[in-house]
Amino acid sequence: MADLAIKHNPLLETNPPLVQGPQEYNAVTEVVSSPTEIPLNKTPLRWYIAIGITGSILGLMGAMLTYLVATGIGVWGNNRPVGWAWDITNFVFWIGIGHAGTLISAILFLFRQKWRTSINRSAEAMTLFAVACAAIFPLFHTGRPWRAAYWLFPMPNTDLNMWQNFRSPLIWDVFAVSTYGTVSLLFWFVGLVPDLATLRDRAVDNVRKKIFAVASLGWRGTAKAWRHYEAAYLILAGISTPLVLSVHSIVSFDFATSVIPGWHTTIFPPYFVAGAVFSGFAMVMTLMLIARWVMKLENLITMKHLENMNKIILVTGSIVGYAYATEFFIAWYSGNAYERFTFINRAFGPYAWAYWTMISCNVITPQFFWFKKLRTSIPVMFVLSIIVNIGMWFERFVIIVTSLHRDYLPSSWGYFRPTWVDICLFIGTFGLFLTLFLLFCRFLPVIAISEVKGVLATQRHEAHEEAAH
Amino acid sequence: MHINFDLQKTLAKLFGSEKTKVYGVVGEFPDAHDLVKAGRTVKEAGYTKLDAMSPFPVHGIDDAIGNPHSNIGWIVIFFSVTGAALAQLLQWYTGSVGPGKMPWWSGLGSYPLVIGGKPLYDFTFSIPVTFELTVLLSAFCAVFGMLALCGLPRLYHPLDTYSQSHRATDDGFFLIIEAGDPKFDPEASSQLLRSLGARNVEVVEG
Repeated sequence: MADLAIKHNPLLETNPPLVQGPQEYNAVTEVVSSPTEIPLNKTPLRWYIAIGITGSILGLMGAMLTYLVATGIGVWGNNRPVGWAWDITNFVFWIGIGHAGTLISAILFLFRQKWRTSINRSAEAMTLFAVACAAIFPLFHTGRPWRAAYWLFPMPNTDLNMWQNFRSPLIWDVFAVSTYGTVSLLFWFVGLVPDLATLRDRAVDNVRKKIFAVASLGWRGTAKAWRHYEAAYLILAGISTPLVLSVHSIVSFDFATSVIPGWHTTIFPPYFVAGAVFSGFAMVMTLMLIARWVMKLENLITMKHLENMNKIILVTGSIVGYAYATEFFIAWYSGNAYERFTFINRAFGPYAWAYWTMISCNVITPQFFWFKKLRTSIPVMFVLSIIVNIGMWFERFVIIVTSLHRDYLPSSWGYFRPTWVDICLFIGTFGLFLTLFLLFCRFLPVIAISEVKGVLATQRHEAHEEAAH
Repeated sequence: MHINFDLQKTLAKLFGSEKTKVYGVVGEFPDAHDLVKAGRTVKEAGYTKLDAMSPFPVHGIDDAIGNPHSNIGWIVIFFSVTGAALAQLLQWYTGSVGPGKMPWWSGLGSYPLVIGGKPLYDFTFSIPVTFELTVLLSAFCAVFGMLALCGLPRLYHPLDTYSQSHRATDDGFFLIIEAGDPKFDPEASSQLLRSLGARNVEVVEG
C-alpha cells in the first residue's frame, strides 16, 4: 500500500524523496560506513593508484616549498610593478573554494534546506582542505614561515618590539582566515561525533573500536546529550553564517581599501562572496560526482541534490556576471580616467586573453543550467563545474595582475609571467587538497549519517501516514 | 561490547569491594514516534527521571520525557561579549600605548606609528577583528560548553552494558527509566515498558 501511495502522488514527481532506495535506518548506516570498514590490506587498488598520483603532486609541493625557503622569495615571478601576483591569486582562489562548505553547513541549515544533509560533510571537509591549501601562500610569502607567527599574530616578542598594524586589512585577513579555519574545523568535528560513535559501535576489531571510542568522545546518543548538541549546532550555524560572509568580504578589503584603479570599489565584498560560493559549489560538484560514482552513493546523493547545487551555481554565476557588468559601468560613469583606462585595458590590453577566458567560463558557462535537461545531465555538470573553476581562478588573476601591471607612471609598466616554481607550487596544492580528500573518503563517513536518518524519519513518517489513509 | 575505562570500577574489582548498582531499565521501541509516544505515557505514569537513546535527535522527545531546554545559549553569549571586549582591548592597547607605558616585566616597548594619517585607535577600523574574535570565542564556547554539558568525553557509561546499546547509533530507539527516580522499581518499571510494546527490556547495572 505504501508503494502505491508513493507512485500515485504527483507531488513526488516534482519533489522526489531525498533518500531513495531501502527506507531503513540500517541501510543508511551500512552504505556510508562500509567503505570505511574495508580492512587496510583489502583497500581497492584504484585508491592506491589515485593516492599515488596525488601524493606525488603533493611531493612536488614539498619540493617547491623547500626550494623556496632554501633559495629565497625571488624564485617567484612577482616583482615591480606586479608585486602581488600568483601567490595571492592562489590564496583567494583556495579560500573561495572553501565557502561552499560553510554555505551548505550553515546557511542552508538556517533555511531548513533538508537536502543539505547528504552533501554537507564532504563539502565541509573540502572547506578545511581548501583553507589548508590557501594558508600555504601567505605563510610562505613571508619567506621565513617559522618567524611568521610574530608578524601575523599579536604575540609579545623581542624580535620586532612592535605590534601589528590593526588599521591594515591585511591583519584583519589574518584574523578572518584563522578564525574561519578554526570554526570550520570545530563545526566539522561536532557533526562527525555521532557518526564516529556509529563507527565505534560497528567496529569488530578492538584497536579500531578504541580509536573511534576516543575520537567520538564516548557519544551515546542520549536525549539529554542531543538537546545540547542541537542547540550548539544551531549556534554554530548562526555564527558561521555571518562569518563566511565576513571572510571573503575581508579578503576583498585587501584590495578595496587600496587606491589602485580596478581595486578601489565598494562592490568588492558582495562580488567576492558570490564568486566564492560559485567556485566552491563547482569544486564540490566535481569531486562529489566522482565520490558518488565510486562509492555508490546514488541513493543518498540523488539527482535532486545535484540539480539544487546546479541552481545555486546558476544564481551565483549570474551575480558574478552582473558584478562584472556593474564594474565596467561604474568605471565609465565615475568619469575617472585611470579607472576607465584600467577596465578598457583589462578587456583589450595585454591580458585580454585572461579576461575573455574569465568571461566565457564564468558568465556564459553557468547559463546552460537554465535548461533542466542540461542541469540534470551528469557529464554536462561535470565538465561545466571544471570550466567554472578555471574561470574563477582567472577572475582572481585578472583582478590582481591587470590592475597592477599598469602603474600611474608609464615608465613602471610591466608584464607579469609566472616562473616554473610558481606553476609547480600551484599544481602542488592540488596534490595536498586531493590527497586529504582521498584520505577522508577512505577513513571517515562521507555523509552525515545521523542527519540523513533525521530526514529519513520524516519521510518514513509521511509514508506511514499516507498508507494509513 | 563496551570499553571498560572506569578507574574506580577497575580498582573496586581489584580489591574485591565492587558493589553493583542498578542504573535503570532500558527498553527498545521500533521507531522514533513510538519512542515519543511511550515516553509521554511513562511520564504521565508519574516518572520524572527519564532519558532516551536514538541514532538522531528525535523531535518531541524532550517535551515527552520532560527534558528541559538547553541553556548553552546563555553561556555562549557570555563568551561572545568577552571576545568582543578582548578584541577592543587588544587593538587599543597594541595601537596606542607608547614606550614606557608597557608593564616593566614584559620587556617590550610598543611602537605606535601614524600610518596614512589614521588615528592610533578608532572604533571603525577595529570592527573586523572584533567581529572575528567574537565569533572565535563563541564557537569554542559552543563546542566545549556543549561537550561539558553532555558530560563528554566519557569513555565508560553504565548504559554500555546494555545488550543493545550498540544499536543506539544505528537503528535502535531506547527509553531509559533511571534508578534515581522515586517511582523506580526494577520489576514494575520493566513491566511498564513491556506493556508499551518495548522489546529487549533489561535492568542495567554499573
